[in-house]
Amino acid sequence: MYETIYHRPSSVDEAVALFGKGSDSKYLAGGHTLIPVMKQRLAAPSDVIDLGKIKELIGIEASGDTLTIKAATTYFDIMQSADVKKSIPAIAYLTSVLGDPAVRYRGTIGGSIANNDPAADFPAALVSLGATVKTNKRSIAADDFFKGLFTTALEDGEIITQVSFPVPAKAGYEKMRHPASRFALTGVFVTKTKAGDVRVAATGASQNGVMRVPVIETALKANWSAGALDSVKVSDSGMLADIHGSAAYRANLVKVMAQRAVTAAG
Amino acid sequence: MGVEGIGASVVRKEDRRFITGKGRYVDDIKIVGLTHAHFIRSPHAHAKVKSIDTSAAKDMPGVVGILTGQQIVDDKVGNLICGWAITSKDGTGMKMGAWPAMAPETVRFVGQAVAVVIAETKNQAKDAAEAVVVNYEELPAAADIRAAIKQGAPQLHPEAPGNVIYDWTIGDEAATEAAFKAAANVVSLDITNNRLVPNAMEPRAAIGEYNEAEEHFTLYTTSQNPHVARLVLSAFYNIAPEHKLRVVAPDVGGGFGSKIFIYPEEMVALWASKKVGRPVKWTGDRTEAFLTDAHGRDHLTNAELALDANNKITGLRVKTYANLGAYMSLFSSSVPTYLYATLLSGQYNIPNIFAEVISVYTNTTPVDAYRGAGRPEASFVVERLLETAARQLKVDPAELRRKNFITQFPHQTPVIMAYDIGDFGASLDSAMKAIDYAGFPARKAKAKSEGKLRGIGLSCYIEACGIAPSKAVGSLGAGVGLWESAEVRVNPVGTIEILTGSHSHGQGHETTFCQLVAERLGVPISQVQIVHGDTDKVQFGMGTYGSRSAAVGLTAILKAMEKVEAKAKKIAAHALEASESDIVIENGEFKVTGTDKSIALPMVALAAYTAHNLPDGMEPGLKEGAFYDPTNFTFPAGAYICELEVDAATGKTSFVNFVAADDFGRLINPMIVEGQVHGGLAQGIGQALLEGAVYDSSGQLLTASFMDYAMPRADDLPSFKLNHTTTLCPGNPLGVKGCGEAGAIGASAAVINAITDAIGNNKLEMPATPDRVWHAIHG
Repeated sequence: MYETIYHRPSSVDEAVALFGKGSDSKYLAGGHTLIPVMKQRLAAPSDVIDLGKIKELIGIEASGDTLTIKAATTYFDIMQSADVKKSIPAIAYLTSVLGDPAVRYRGTIGGSIANNDPAADFPAALVSLGATVKTNKRSIAADDFFKGLFTTALEDGEIITQVSFPVPAKAGYEKMRHPASRFALTGVFVTKTKAGDVRVAATGASQNGVMRVPVIETALKANWSAGALDSVKVSDSGMLADIHGSAAYRANLVKVMAQRAVTAAG
Repeated sequence: MGVEGIGASVVRKEDRRFITGKGRYVDDIKIVGLTHAHFIRSPHAHAKVKSIDTSAAKDMPGVVGILTGQQIVDDKVGNLICGWAITSKDGTGMKMGAWPAMAPETVRFVGQAVAVVIAETKNQAKDAAEAVVVNYEELPAAADIRAAIKQGAPQLHPEAPGNVIYDWTIGDEAATEAAFKAAANVVSLDITNNRLVPNAMEPRAAIGEYNEAEEHFTLYTTSQNPHVARLVLSAFYNIAPEHKLRVVAPDVGGGFGSKIFIYPEEMVALWASKKVGRPVKWTGDRTEAFLTDAHGRDHLTNAELALDANNKITGLRVKTYANLGAYMSLFSSSVPTYLYATLLSGQYNIPNIFAEVISVYTNTTPVDAYRGAGRPEASFVVERLLETAARQLKVDPAELRRKNFITQFPHQTPVIMAYDIGDFGASLDSAMKAIDYAGFPARKAKAKSEGKLRGIGLSCYIEACGIAPSKAVGSLGAGVGLWESAEVRVNPVGTIEILTGSHSHGQGHETTFCQLVAERLGVPISQVQIVHGDTDKVQFGMGTYGSRSAAVGLTAILKAMEKVEAKAKKIAAHALEASESDIVIENGEFKVTGTDKSIALPMVALAAYTAHNLPDGMEPGLKEGAFYDPTNFTFPAGAYICELEVDAATGKTSFVNFVAADDFGRLINPMIVEGQVHGGLAQGIGQALLEGAVYDSSGQLLTASFMDYAMPRADDLPSFKLNHTTTLCPGNPLGVKGCGEAGAIGASAAVINAITDAIGNNKLEMPATPDRVWHAIHG
């Protein structure tokens, strides 16, 4: 690891000010991506600004039709939250199968979506549920937030403060775990909104990161059941392919995981 | 058996320090003046090293020295050796290319070191390494066996035309050919045995320390066999003479074979400590472990089985290509030959066997022994063939095996091994009972009705352990004898130290070896200390690998114990004024049988060292040594049965049950044996389902971290049901056979046999990932 200056601000404003002062600053959330690449000397930030102790970034609120999770809330706290379990149990479930206990104690929702790993779980939940990402500057719809592999709408120095999820009528998540990394080899989040709309998002599938799956949405809109997808064919065009899964295999997983997510959603 | 004697599941003495983080590993060792080494490694699989410019780096903060491959050559440091000579079928020797510890001219795998930076801190060494400019001229690479043996393939070493190191055969080719001509049925199978990365929990590490005043070197290293390391370093590498070199292997966090070998990094740390005049430490990181620890397996095999009209096996013919990587590692040549093809008879009476093994160079990390070392490859070939034959002949796979089991012992196979004892039917019976084999068809039908694909797979393995009779392995080309040594020191106050040439790096010797003393003398194991891993403390020994420490190492201790006991009895008889033949040892006391007269061990020991009243002519002291050379290999064997379900929609495998019935002979500590079997099964199942080192066509390792190389985790594994059947090994007085590798040897075939049974398609390579299984089902 190269030398760096570590900061632990206590407010968002302080964090933003620190970020501006550094010549090449990086925000630190759970650190599961940044720290390993720093250890491998693939990243050399001048300043590392730890967002993990900013009180205003931690907490979960459920009010009526909205579940709000603040950005530095850990997976463990999300998984344990009674509010999450009551309003959107699919998010509690997603978090419970995310990584392992050590990962869940440190990783945060904000860190996950800011990094936008193409195999991360939370981007699928945000896109499927039609969540809104709030930053220190603005609000961004999930559909506009994720911009492809490891790329988001965030501007330099912008900090995610919270994510607001509309509480759906039904939602479910299922994934096939990557045999080595335990990220999603492919995961699918399905949502039926209270207005009757259906939104389906897949992670670990597309070469462009998290994606909507219109062919599955159409079928589920007509008939919200796993069986409705039996005859659906998901194209393998543009799908990720590597030693752990061919494009055809991942296309198959999108369908199968969607079916199981619908079953889980009830 | 006492509470701590042979057969007792005594809790491991060493675990307290390990689980409280107080083990002492190489990286924990601090020495005044210590410097830190960072190796500059090739990013290319095959390239000429045109130049190395250290001018900008050498003045950077903290830099103590920068050494290159050319300096290794200039200092006449020897090239790495291979310790087992294999002769090709045409009578020629191995075509071995030179392997300098750092490459002066040509790099042949990604990760091969070309230079080392030594600095006050590791970080300073890394900073300076980035300022060293290495100019490479890339060459075409041969990244796997097929690429290496095809016409016009890039040549790795001028000594090995066509990249072939040897073309070796065993068995009677003509007789086997005749058996196939006369066969009623022939079964053929193409098999890929996947390449594995050992991944011991502790990465390799070394500290070289040179004492100029005494012209003496010390090497602290992560070794399974420190004495062999000293021998090789002094005899072949010209770094330090044997009497001026101490090698210490302290606590070592797992080896699985990968820490048998003497690697370039240890050589360089030791050599560099004299060059820079400071102690030099190198601790590998996980990436270096993936790139430079000797890998395991990597075979391409075609195997054929001939059977007569009664389904009796009449012949086995095998042709294997083995990938040895870019250089010949220390025992690499023996693994796909004498440790592999000599086990191709399996548990079966096969009158004719012929095997040809062609070992080749590729632009990949060197390949050598990894838990099982040749025997998993053999067992996989035989057990996949038997299963395939049963399916082809439409007979029950258990019955086909039983029909062909060897039942008379000793049994001479056509491929050198003479099995001393076993009861293969008993193991199979035990495993079948444990899994309710008879009830499987009903369970499969029920699963099918629920939309699940259920399969069952058998694997009846045999292995050769307790390596090895020195004369026998010498005649086969081994450069060393494979005996073991021991010294038993009874201290003046009666505590006992056992100095052993075996080395524990997870096996639990500090407990099991004490149990032998407890058994013999009746003293608590807390009174016994096992000393190992330091050439200054312990007499020459051969180390731990090949499941040899109980059968060979513990037997050496027993031989030394017998000498100590004999002398102690003489002293006791003298003190008690009794006949030596009337002395018996019970609960730490020497008693005159049939009387109440006794003398406790501490008093005997004290008498030995005060020497005030010893029998006439007796030397003082109570310390004896022994060297034990085994008379034969030992032959652990057993039956594993795996029952699992495959999710046809995803290709994911879920275990229903996994049962083992092993025959390890006498068990010293059943709890430790169970742990060894669990670990071995995890590695065997890991090979079958998860693990696979994959290179791209340019020779880059795609699976160079745990993000892509899938190590088995607890939730990948079933809750094993372990059983034992026992035939005592006649080859050693304890009747032990060895248990360290069995799981890794037998498990893979059981898993693949079960999956292919479930999906009804026999074409499936390891690792059987969900992706591969799904494609096997759906095309």
